[in-house]
Amino acid sequence: MDNLRILIQAPVLNLQLIVDGVLVGSVFALAAFGMALVWGVTNIINVAQGELVMLGGYVAIYTAAAGVHPLFALPLAFAALYLLGWLLYRLVVFRVVGRDLFISVLATFGLSILLQQLANQFFGADIRTARPELGTLFLAGGRVSVPEIKLIALAAALVLGAALTAFLKVSRLGQAIRASAQNPRAARVLGIDTDHVYAATFALNAAICGATGALVAMTWVIHPYLGLPFTVRSFMIVVVAGLGNVLGIPIVAAGLGTVEQYAGFVLGAEFQTGILFSLLVAILVARNQLLRRQRRHLE
Amino acid sequence: MTSGVARRGAELGVLALGVAAPWLAPAWVTQLAFLWLMVLFALTWDVVGGQMGYNSFGNVLFFGLGAYATSLLQRGSHLGYYASLFLGMGLSAVIAVAAAALLGPLILDMRGHYFAIATLGLGVAAAELFAAWEWVGGGSGILPALPPGTVPERNRFFYYVLFGLALATFLTLRWAYRTRFGLVINAIRDDEAKAEAMGLHTTRYKVAAWMLSALFLGLAGGPVAGLAGFVDPRDLAFAGSTFGVWMVLMAILGGKGTLWGPVVGAVIFHAVQEAFWTFLLGWQRVALGALIVAIVVFFPEGIMGWLRARNPGWFGEVVEEPRRGGAQP
Amino acid sequence: MSALLAARNVTKTYGGVVANRNVSLSVPRGAIVGLIGPNGSGKTTLFSCVAGSHPIDSGSIVFDGAEISRKRPAEVARLGLLRTFQRTRVYGRMSCMQNMVVSAPRARETLRAMFSRSSLESSGRAEELLEFVGLHGKRFLRAGELSFGQQKLLELAMALMNEPKLLLLDEPTAGINPTLINGLVDRLRRANRELGVTLLVIEHNMRVITALAGYVYCLAHGELLAEGPPVALQHDPRVLDAYLGTH
Repeated sequence: MDNLRILIQAPVLNLQLIVDGVLVGSVFALAAFGMALVWGVTNIINVAQGELVMLGGYVAIYTAAAGVHPLFALPLAFAALYLLGWLLYRLVVFRVVGRDLFISVLATFGLSILLQQLANQFFGADIRTARPELGTLFLAGGRVSVPEIKLIALAAALVLGAALTAFLKVSRLGQAIRASAQNPRAARVLGIDTDHVYAATFALNAAICGATGALVAMTWVIHPYLGLPFTVRSFMIVVVAGLGNVLGIPIVAAGLGTVEQYAGFVLGAEFQTGILFSLLVAILVARNQLLRRQRRHLE
Repeated sequence: MTSGVARRGAELGVLALGVAAPWLAPAWVTQLAFLWLMVLFALTWDVVGGQMGYNSFGNVLFFGLGAYATSLLQRGSHLGYYASLFLGMGLSAVIAVAAAALLGPLILDMRGHYFAIATLGLGVAAAELFAAWEWVGGGSGILPALPPGTVPERNRFFYYVLFGLALATFLTLRWAYRTRFGLVINAIRDDEAKAEAMGLHTTRYKVAAWMLSALFLGLAGGPVAGLAGFVDPRDLAFAGSTFGVWMVLMAILGGKGTLWGPVVGAVIFHAVQEAFWTFLLGWQRVALGALIVAIVVFFPEGIMGWLRARNPGWFGEVVEEPRRGGAQP
Repeated sequence: MSALLAARNVTKTYGGVVANRNVSLSVPRGAIVGLIGPNGSGKTTLFSCVAGSHPIDSGSIVFDGAEISRKRPAEVARLGLLRTFQRTRVYGRMSCMQNMVVSAPRARETLRAMFSRSSLESSGRAEELLEFVGLHGKRFLRAGELSFGQQKLLELAMALMNEPKLLLLDEPTAGINPTLINGLVDRLRRANRELGVTLLVIEHNMRVITALAGYVYCLAHGELLAEGPPVALQHDPRVLDAYLGTH
């Protein structure tokens, strides 16, 4: 617990951890947004969410290696994963829409394993990164360091989030998506092709994950096994914010990011993943106990 | 030939094969030992999953606790190998069952996908926390004590231990399913709210079911550690993406909610997996991932489910013949 | 003579909608009491509140001398208060016999009781009750394969199997072949008389209520509109008005 003492003795370190937490949280928020989208519209919990992020990261890595300017990595990953998402939907996911939720969890879990192993085969298990050589900003009199690339990632995440929100509100497809989410049968009666909407939603989610992956590749590292923790983070954020609470997502995500930073600092980096998953269990248990107390979710 | 006689015959046949296998196919002893482990995995998953409707992704937690408990006790004990193994397995059973008893009321209180994901979290949390914990060897794990004798003798020993455990699991579950316990957990699966509205102590039964699973999973941990020769938090003890998922798959493949379904599923799954490892080396995990998706998407009722639909009589079910007349309520 | 069930000023709101407002009723021991009212008047909600599925906002519910408004459904059921559901609930993948046996009364579940071979003890009574509701011939069928009306009968048999003191029946004759309703009414009366089960019955069929109940409460818009013997309510202008002449 020496690190804890350091935190108390040097308060500015807290600021560093919080800043880092918010920065990394912005990336989590994007992935969570996508998960909430798919969950809300098709009632599928996409356990392969993290793997889609991972694949987006690899797109960014290979485009960077091919000499493409990092600015283009985002749209490329977005587009590539959109196609992949569409493909996955048409091949597998459409068969589990509308079935038992457990079947969809298991099916997407199977997909996540498949994608993870394919990535391992094709890309190798080494850790890769596409971090560009940019500077570092110094705040609070030089004691808090913020890599510029992370600020750019934050900005990109905000812009993308805003664009998606606008898209869902304004565009025809966006409205069709929202209508299908609220009442699929009514949507169908009104002539909306819900199957097409579901495919587009899943593909859109994959695209969002792709963009997220590109950001991860540029600010962090990519390897074939980063999928599950990412999925878990997205799920936790959606559960805590509440399905349907879009504004809550970035706030909860920032909170999660900060908690992770603190856990890593106080307990050591090797405990970070363990704490993350323990937190998942704790949050679910707490949520359940709260609902029980209110006796709200009885049939 | 009635289905009862056929079933008896099949059971005795399997028993005989199981006992004789190490002498009939000595080159395959290790694989066969793992086959019995898979049977045990599938059966213990099915108690809570197929029979009770609580699809757990974290049963591997109990297995891992067992693996570590036995190995650690054996390392620190001054008794001979077999005595310490026996003691270690006893400790494993106690720890695993206690974990189920403590976590059960909290975790089993959740329904559906929340339960599934919470158990997934448990399994991975255990793997990561043990990987970070220096006292149990951190990421590299520990090396368990090994029994005396040559390698073939050791493998045969573990084969019989795992065969015995799988057999014990099967017999215990067969007995349990015939008691009130079996009825109540099926009722919980079919309509838990109704079960509560009828006054059943659902929590008690749910936790009991998980404790039953945990018992056999915990017992199996030690012997598997000895057979494998190592205890590693991510790849052996709390191997969520392999053992943890396979448990579910095997039960589904064979037909969840039946006694023989998980057994059949385990045998087929293990055989396919071994085939993948032998013939698709390098791509075996990819193939397995694809197989998982295929099973879940195309074959959710499993083999037993398919058989049941075609021959309900074999399962003691009565199908109504269409009535010729008269008022129906 | 105290009432077996006494609800006093029960109020239940669902996010802005007042489902029950200050509803009071009492069910004497051994009686058959009716609960009528148009759709949406709060009858099933009241059942759910009494049975413990929903917490009430205010008021009290006393069953057999004990306040039960804060108890969970399982506890309430173990005290002897059971309910059936409008859209029948049975254990669909189990046979009728298994549905019955699992519903046998078990106030205390010791470890030994949990793992006992209970089928032997209670199967006799299960068969009797299935015979009583006319499902004996179908006892080995999967409950999920019965027709809606048959499932209703199974649900009733399961409830009787549990030996309740009070049984809340939610529309017991809805979905039953009209020619068989008389038989069902007769069986309910027999269950009340011979098995000593007090009944509180939600019904839309006025003929059934008149034949069954000694006293009737009428709900409308979540409030108690009128109460009295069934014949009196049949002619009460307020009740007729509430139903808008649909009965």
